[in-house]
Amino acid sequence: MQRQSKKKKEVIVNKIIPFSSVDGPGNRTVIFLQGCNFDCLYCHNPETINICNNCGNCLAVCPKGALTINERDQVSWQEELCIACDKCLEACLRDSSPRVKIMGLEEIIRKVRKLKPFISGITVSGGEATLQTDFLTDLFREVKKLGLSNFLDTNGSVLLEDKPLLLENLDMAMIDFKSFKSAEHRRLTGLDNINVMKNVKFMAKVDKLYEVRTVIVPNLLDNYFNVDQISKLLAGLDSKIRYKLIKYRAMGVRKEKLESISPEQEYMLELVSIAEKNGCQNVVLV
Amino acid sequence: MQKEILEIIKNRSLEQYQKVIALARAAENSLDVLDLSINEKQHLNEGIICDLKEGNAPFRPRYNLVDFEKFMQQGSDFLELDPPRNLQEAINSLLILYKHIPSVTTFPVYLGNIDKLLNPFIEDESEALALIKLFLTHIDRTLTDSFVHANIGPEETKAGRLILQAERELENPVPNLSLKYSQELTADAFAVEAVKTGLAVSKPYFANHEMFVNDFGEKYGLASCYNGLPIGGGSFTLVRLNLKALAEKAVSRKELLEEKLPQTVRIMLSLMDKRIRFLVEESGFFRSNFLVQEGLLNLKRYTAMFGIFGLAEAVNHFMKKEGKELRYGQSELADELGLQIIEKIAEQVAGHKNKYCSVSQQKFLLHAQSGIGPDEDTTPGCRIPIGEEPDIYEHILQAGQFHSYFPTGVSDIFAFARTNKRNPAAVLDIIKGAMQSGLRMFAFYTKDSELIRITGYLVKRSEMEKLKKGKAVLRDTTLLGVETMENQDLAGRKER
Repeated sequence: MQRQSKKKKEVIVNKIIPFSSVDGPGNRTVIFLQGCNFDCLYCHNPETINICNNCGNCLAVCPKGALTINERDQVSWQEELCIACDKCLEACLRDSSPRVKIMGLEEIIRKVRKLKPFISGITVSGGEATLQTDFLTDLFREVKKLGLSNFLDTNGSVLLEDKPLLLENLDMAMIDFKSFKSAEHRRLTGLDNINVMKNVKFMAKVDKLYEVRTVIVPNLLDNYFNVDQISKLLAGLDSKIRYKLIKYRAMGVRKEKLESISPEQEYMLELVSIAEKNGCQNVVLV
Repeated sequence: MQKEILEIIKNRSLEQYQKVIALARAAENSLDVLDLSINEKQHLNEGIICDLKEGNAPFRPRYNLVDFEKFMQQGSDFLELDPPRNLQEAINSLLILYKHIPSVTTFPVYLGNIDKLLNPFIEDESEALALIKLFLTHIDRTLTDSFVHANIGPEETKAGRLILQAERELENPVPNLSLKYSQELTADAFAVEAVKTGLAVSKPYFANHEMFVNDFGEKYGLASCYNGLPIGGGSFTLVRLNLKALAEKAVSRKELLEEKLPQTVRIMLSLMDKRIRFLVEESGFFRSNFLVQEGLLNLKRYTAMFGIFGLAEAVNHFMKKEGKELRYGQSELADELGLQIIEKIAEQVAGHKNKYCSVSQQKFLLHAQSGIGPDEDTTPGCRIPIGEEPDIYEHILQAGQFHSYFPTGVSDIFAFARTNKRNPAAVLDIIKGAMQSGLRMFAFYTKDSELIRITGYLVKRSEMEKLKKGKAVLRDTTLLGVETMENQDLAGRKER
C-alpha cells in the first residue's frame, strides 16, 4: 500500500466517469477506487486490483513520456500526455495501474458539484469500494448535502450491517453474487461467499438493495445452480429487486487466468426464465 | 431556361407534385424583381451568402406559424368550417387547414401545439389513440416533407401521452416533433415518455421552454428544422452567411472581424430588406391571403432570420493559418474566436432596423442554419464537426455558450448508444443539465435507428436506399438526406 497517502481523507481513484447510464438509476457519475480484495478469474479490469508498488516497470513502455518517477520515488502519471494506449497496463507485473490519481474529498466533491445539473447521483465502484468505508462515509455525507443520491457497487465482501454511519447516507447498493456455492466462489474470487450472502439479506431487509448481479460463464461455473438458488433467495426477499444476468465477455480478461467463451443467447434466455419462474419480477439480461 | 424546365418534366425520381413545385420555382426564378446590386449578386454567386433557394420573387413568407388556437375557436369562413365539437371534427379541420398554409416548401412548417389542440376533445383513450394515429399517418403521407413540424408540451396532457405512444408505434418521419420542455412545468414521467420516444424514433426534440418564452413570450412555436418563431406570424425570409467561405477570403482574423465581416453582414442585411420589401409591399400576400384576413396570420407577428453556418471551419481556418494545433470545440482558445465572430455578427445585426419586423423590435434574429444537402466540408450553424465532438459533458458546455445568440433556432445532436434505452431517465438527467447550461434545442437519437436525424429533420433509412436505386419516393426531403449523407459523415457522430 505504498502509494496510499498518509492523510485519511484521500483515496486512490482509478478513474471517474462523468456520465454513466448503466450504474444505477438515472445518469450517474461513477468513481472507481483502486484496490480489490477479490481476484476473480474473469475480472475484466484487473488493473484495478492491486495498489502500485512503484517498481517503474511501466515507465519505459510509455510512448508519450506520461509516466515519470517523482522526487518521492513514486510513479507519477501526467494525464494530459496520456493517450490511453494501455501499454503500461500490459507491462504491469502485479495487476495494477500507474494511471491513478490520489484525490481528496474536497477535490472529488468539487468535481461532482460541477456535474450536479446533469446527474441523479454518484455510484462508487472499484476495485472494491467498501475497503475504504471511512472515506465513503465522508463522501456520501457530502454528496447528500448536494441533493444527490449515493449508490454503491460492491462485491459484498465487507459486512455492511457493521457500518451504520456509511448506511446513513447510502441510498442503495448493487451487489455481485458471483456464485451460490462457497467453494466455487473461493475458486473464482479467492474468498468465500458468506459475507455476500449476509449482505444481500441484510440490504434487502433495510430496503437498500437495488440490484444483484451474476456473471454467466460457460464451463467455469455451475450457472444453472447459481441462478436457480440466487433467484429463489431474491424472490423470497423482495421479488422486485433487479436481478441482472451478465454474459461473460472476454474483453479485458487475463488470458492466463481464464479462456472461456461468451454464452449463447439461448442459454442466457433459459437462465432468465429460471429466475422468472422462481418469482423474480425484474430480471435483466446484458 | 427551357432546358431546365424540360429536365424537370423528364426527371424520373420526381413524383408528380414534386415536379409541379419545381416547375413553379423555375418560373419564379425567371424573374428579376428584387433590384439586387452587383455586389449582392456576386456574394450570392460566390456562395458566401446563400438564399436557400427561396426564389427570386418572394410571394409568401418563408415560415408561417398559423394561430391554430384561434382557428379552433372561430373556425374559418373561407374554408367554410365551424369550430370543431369533437375529436373527429378537430382532426378533420386541422387536416383541411394544413393543406392551405403557404411556405417556402409549399407544405406547412408548423402544425401547432397538437396536444393542446386535441386534448379538450379526448374522452375514450383507446378510441382517441386510433384517431390520433390516423391523423399522424395522414400528415406523413400527404404533407410529404420533413420540415413539417408539430409541437407538444410543456405540460403533460392525455393527448400528449397518446401522441408520443402513436409516434413510437408508427415510426413516421413526418411530422418533425418538438417537446417544449420546462423542468418546472413538464412532469418527469411525461419527459421520460418523450425520451423513450426519442430513443425509438429520433423525435421529439427537447426545446428549452424558459429560453424561448424569454425571447418570444408564451406564443412561440418550433417550426421547420428547429426554428423558434412567433405564433400568428413567423419569418419573412431566411438567408444564410457561409462563415467558412468568408474566412477563406480574409488574410487574417483581424481582417475578418474588422473588414470582411461588417461588409458582408451589411450586404446580407440589405438583401434581406429587399426580399421583405417585395414580399410585404408588392406580392400582395398580406392583403389577399385568407389566413391574414381571418386573423390567423398577422404582419405584426413576423420577423426575419439571419442565418450563419460553417463557424467551426472558419475558426479552424485561422487556427491553422496562425500555426496553432487547436480545433473548434476542443480548445477554449479556438472557441473564444468562435464567440468573438458570433458576438460581432450579433451586434451588427441588432443594430439594423427593418420596419416590418415589429415582433422583434424591428430587428432580424440570428439563426444557426443546419445546412442543406449539397454543403460540403461546412458544419451546420455553430456545431462541432462530426467526429470531433468532445465528451458529452464538455460538448454541452461548449454548445451552451452559443445557443443564447440564436432565438430563431440552433441545435446540437447527440447520438446515444442502445444501452440508454434501458435507462431513459439517464438521458433526461443529461437533458436537464443541458437546459441549465443554456442549450436551446437538444436533439437525440439511438445510433442505429431507422429514422435518422440528418441535420434538423428526419429521413427514413429505407427510403434513402430506395431513392439511391433511382426510384421515386414519397417524401421530398429524402433527397436532401441522401445528399447530406454523401457529403457529411453522419454515421461518424460520436456515440454517447
